Amino acid sequence: MANNAQYLLDIQELKLHFRTTKGVVQAVDGVNFQLKPNQAVVVVGESGCGKTSLAKAILRLLPRNVFHYGGKVYLNDLETMGLSDEEYRKQVRWIKMSLVPQAAMNSLNPVLRVGDQVAEPMMIHYGVKKDEAMQQAIKMFQHVGVPVDFINRYAFELSGGMRQRVAIAMSLVTAPALVMLDEPTSALDVLTQANIFNLLKRIKSEMATSFVLITHDIATSSELADRVAVMYAGQIVEVADAFTFFKQPRHPYSAKLMASVPKLRGNDEPDFITGQPPSLINPPTGCRFAARCPKRFGKCNEEPPTVTLGEDKVKCWLHV
Amino acid sequence: MTTKDKTKEMKTSSPAKAQTSRSLISDVLLNIKDLHVWFELRKWGFRHAGYVRAVDGISFELTNSETIAIVGESGCGKTSLMRTVLLLNRPTKGTVTFESKVINDLKADDLKNYRSHVGYVQQDPYGAMPPFMSIQAILEEPLKINGVKDPVERFNRVKKALEEVKMSPAEEFMAKFPHMLSGGQQQRVVIARAMIMEPRLLIADEPVSMLDASVRVEILKLLRGLQKKHNLGVIYITHDLSTVRYFSEQIFVMYAGQVIEKGNVKQVLQATSHPYTFALLEATSDPDAHNATVQKEVPPGEPPSLVNPPKGCRFHPRCPKMIDGLCNAEMPPDFEPEPGHFVKCWLLK
Repeated sequence: MANNAQYLLDIQELKLHFRTTKGVVQAVDGVNFQLKPNQAVVVVGESGCGKTSLAKAILRLLPRNVFHYGGKVYLNDLETMGLSDEEYRKQVRWIKMSLVPQAAMNSLNPVLRVGDQVAEPMMIHYGVKKDEAMQQAIKMFQHVGVPVDFINRYAFELSGGMRQRVAIAMSLVTAPALVMLDEPTSALDVLTQANIFNLLKRIKSEMATSFVLITHDIATSSELADRVAVMYAGQIVEVADAFTFFKQPRHPYSAKLMASVPKLRGNDEPDFITGQPPSLINPPTGCRFAARCPKRFGKCNEEPPTVTLGEDKVKCWLHV
Repeated sequence: MTTKDKTKEMKTSSPAKAQTSRSLISDVLLNIKDLHVWFELRKWGFRHAGYVRAVDGISFELTNSETIAIVGESGCGKTSLMRTVLLLNRPTKGTVTFESKVINDLKADDLKNYRSHVGYVQQDPYGAMPPFMSIQAILEEPLKINGVKDPVERFNRVKKALEEVKMSPAEEFMAKFPHMLSGGQQQRVVIARAMIMEPRLLIADEPVSMLDASVRVEILKLLRGLQKKHNLGVIYITHDLSTVRYFSEQIFVMYAGQVIEKGNVKQVLQATSHPYTFALLEATSDPDAHNATVQKEVPPGEPPSLVNPPKGCRFHPRCPKMIDGLCNAEMPPDFEPEPGHFVKCWLLK
């Protein structure tokens, strides 16, 4: 299958399985989605549904116990799965794509000054001199709203929100086309959270960056989303335009997930999803959500097809 | 303020004085009067270097079967307030009255007895349970400590507590260890442990912030159900305003050690009066695709240091509606725009 060049990121049948003592965990099991330039896609789902593994699979940051890693990841025209690890590191990581890891504010190096940490990707990936990289870092600091004199500080001297900004500056310093954010605000206060999303919106319009945002918090995810991808038990069950999704989610799981969000405005009482997500070691055959689905019927014992509705996709028998 | 002044102040607030007429009415469970919790800072290990004013003058009453939600950012003093009610800190000044008994200076057996009436639900359920103990052992521990000697009775009470938090079959869960349970189940065990001594008061410190969005509502509904059934008073500490309206009667908004707005849910959320509460509400998102198209208005800066809080209103350096010469000079008193709704803001003068 050739890549359609209108997409910045095109993921086809991506799989990432881990070997554990209890069996093979199918954390990412055949994921497909596309992202256009300057778009933001939000991947939502419950914990343990494979969201973080998906980010790792896209950026090829693999642990040692990988059992199977396959599928295709196109970045513009580059098919990254064919590259060797060394080529991948030189051509893709931090040049085309970067990551703000989960709890990024606690993943800064405690013994390096934050300015040096932001400058480091420039020196490693573009081979620029330290002075020049520091200039770039200062520019980045101004851009993300960290006072410039903070470059000589250590991570522990900054507040949580400032550290998160530094982590974002680090991911943007090489001006990659795509930035992945794994739960960027889950440990932050409401006001700081709003500040970080304001910043991401500004970066998106000023630098034309694309984002993959991974989160379990649907309410805040709507702050950045152009498109929403819902993940359940290692698979994407629905991809839709944000305006369509937040008004009328199509998959029963998406609908349940939306209904579980307590809303500040409006009057609907929040509800919860009964049962638990299935084990990814032996996922059920047929639709993986069937056991918890209120709209289950006979056909759900068979693997549902992915139905394409315009640009949106939904993996459910109800929409066939 | 020197240490001498502090001790003097502590003496003047004698227990007898704090017994107001309201706290004698039987349905007032917890009465907090002018509570201050200050932590002393020291330089070179012994020289006095000021106080961290974690809680600075808070008063409220909690009646049976009522939930008070305490909302605020990290570092605003909500955890210090909670720890004081649990007597993990002692109040620096002011009184805490539980069922018309002043509990400031409880010791030994009295303290143990008091704590058996107060349940505590921690934020991180996995961190709150010893990983080497089975669920049964974890739930039996409070019973052993409080002198329930008969193993059969203990077993029955553990079973009942587990069934109450909808963990059945209870026997199956009793043999398990914390790591074998999902986050939601772990939080249920923590709730069962808090409930096992049949407390009168339950303190829930961000009980759902570590959990998945899909189980949050389930846990909150469970807490609400237990409260109704046992006529509990609940203090629900959170930073998430969107859950508050469904699960509490009263909302207290805290900023820099003070309650800056309090009232019932309707008053605080619909007749919001303090600029800080406005900012919090504005920053809380509902799922809506239009959010991505607009920038939010967030007050600049960060919460002040609690060692040297700003003069006047503590929010004035960040406040968009600051009145020069008033807000930055004098601490606003509690204004009452409607009965029961208190706002610490000069705008309501």
